[in-house]
Amino acid sequence: MPRKKHLPVDQERLTLLRSARVEPVPGRCVQCGLCSWNCPTGVDVRVYARRGLRVDDPRCIKCGTCIARCPRAVLHFGTISGAVA
Amino acid sequence: MRHFVLVGSGIAALSAAEAIRGVDASARITLASDEPGPFYSRPGLAYLLAGALPERQLSIRSRADVSALRIERIDARVHQVFPALHEVRFTDGRVLGYDRLLIATGASSIAPGFPGADLDGVVGLDGVDDARALVTRAKKARTAVVVGGGSTAIELAEGLQARGVETHYFLRGDRYWARVLDPEESALVEAGVSRTRVTMHRRTEIVRALGRNGRVVAVETNRGDALKCQLIAVAIGVRPRVTLAREAGLEVDRGIVVNERMETSAVDVYAAGDVAQVFDPVLGRAVLDTLWSAAMEQGRAAGLNMAGMPTVFHRHVALNVTRLADIITTVIGDVGGIDDPDLITITRGQSEAWSGAGTGISVVRHDASDRIRIHLNGRTILGAVIMGDQALSLPLTRIIAERVDITPIRDALVERPEALASTLLDFWHSLHPWEHAPYDHHARLAH
Ligand SMILES: Cc1cc2nc3c(=O)[nH]c(=O)nc-3n(C[C@H](O)[C@H](O)[C@H](O)COP(=O)(O)OP(=O)(O)OC[C@H]3O[C@@H](n4cnc5c(N)ncnc54)[C@H](O)[C@@H]3O)c2cc1C
Ligand code: SF4
Ligand code: SF4
Repeated sequence: MPRKKHLPVDQERLTLLRSARVEPVPGRCVQCGLCSWNCPTGVDVRVYARRGLRVDDPRCIKCGTCIARCPRAVLHFGTISGAVA
Repeated sequence: MRHFVLVGSGIAALSAAEAIRGVDASARITLASDEPGPFYSRPGLAYLLAGALPERQLSIRSRADVSALRIERIDARVHQVFPALHEVRFTDGRVLGYDRLLIATGASSIAPGFPGADLDGVVGLDGVDDARALVTRAKKARTAVVVGGGSTAIELAEGLQARGVETHYFLRGDRYWARVLDPEESALVEAGVSRTRVTMHRRTEIVRALGRNGRVVAVETNRGDALKCQLIAVAIGVRPRVTLAREAGLEVDRGIVVNERMETSAVDVYAAGDVAQVFDPVLGRAVLDTLWSAAMEQGRAAGLNMAGMPTVFHRHVALNVTRLADIITTVIGDVGGIDDPDLITITRGQSEAWSGAGTGISVVRHDASDRIRIHLNGRTILGAVIMGDQALSLPLTRIIAERVDITPIRDALVERPEALASTLLDFWHSLHPWEHAPYDHHARLAH
């Protein structure tokens, strides 16, 4: 049986993804709901944005859609440690 | 049990209700508004118009959140306030007593002055009713004309075009939003608007709207042309809804004048949000903001004070972020704006603080699609406009808000504008060695 071919993995990116969380910048959000509406796994990102909390939801697959769709650049990826990996 | 009456159902009144309930479990809270329905995101209306969201998605609180607040809602318009009697009267004649009253009636669009402005088909975008009406009208209209400035005018133009209406945007002057943007920034936005296939007309004004059977059928312009259209969408500015307060004898300037505790000139009457004109100790004058976050924080401060928790509202540096023709644009602090012929008053999502002293100089860095402009005086950065890449927007907000002395980097900023971003980021990291700037990882993760 042929061995499964793995795609080359960018280790740095993998480490980052593991600890990455979507984070809001407080004060920029206007609660429009585009982030939640576009999240493919149904995370209510807007609630996190309102409370100024990072998205800690097991459903988050770190796809970045909410970040890309937010019209106010409220969201970005941070890491749990907060330090630059 | 104290009775709190809140007039309005926008973010200022909602935030006040949440603040009151947070500190007073037994309070009676009545929220009276002429806008029935769930609490919603007013800035989100632009996306409802553009078809990017369904209406229910604009709702900003779950049913559970709302019932936990235990507010009594009255869907009616408050007609009069009697501060001496501690009573309000509704248009239907009902009278309601209060111990503390909040007026959070927001701001509404100014009606245009051209003849024919009262025809059916001349519309604005203030509330969800307007957005619904625009969606319905867009189904029938072939052509629309948009007049005005600020972000709402662009949102109207893009929304209508996205709904398949051939849209023309009339600018009175030479360029877009001169009050806040400089000529190059205007040009970037205008290019973006043109890409959406909205047709821009400069130095063009409506002289009159022509109607048939009470409906708009065309506009006549100052250039002597006539353009057939079925819709005229107007965003020439907003004005605080101060009638209630003025008739009640409260001190009113352009908005309801309040101190830092959101108290009006009448005992037990507070005001917050777009309707309030709040004293800013830094600027030394009272200013209007039509900003979501300001309305939210003012509402919260008002609610806490009403509930007996002395709270001073600290006006943050004015900050607004909008998407102008797909370019994310952040405006912070005083950016040295000038008069704008397209706007009669303040627009939505604006602060009067943006057009302050205007004594600074500008330093500009410009890449293909990203642009940063900072407005400096001797030792501090007064304001900034950041278009496109937002990596610098949080550091700049803090540097401006905290009035950080930038003497160490001032020469570098002025002499090497091309290195503006790295100069500012290095400076930021030297000030906050333990904090990462947001978006540090962003570039690496968000492809
Ligand atoms: C299309 C659009 C786009 C916007 N974009 C942005 C943006 O990008 N960024 C930003 O920061 N801000 C934006 N804003 C502005 C922001 O939405 C407002 O600053 C904010 O909603 C103000 O909240 P408020 O509670 O003070 O007033 P409002 O939300 O206006 O609420 C006032 C309420 O009072 C009710 N009312 C008025 N008079 C009476 C009366 N006599 N009796 C009973 N009820 C009454 C009204 O019906 C309304 O429900 C935008 C606004 C619009 C319309
Ligand atoms: S899309 Fe952005 S502005 Fe809209 S609710 Fe989400 S985080 Fe807030
Ligand atoms: S990153 Fe993707 S999965 Fe995670 S919250 Fe955002 S949209 Fe949802």
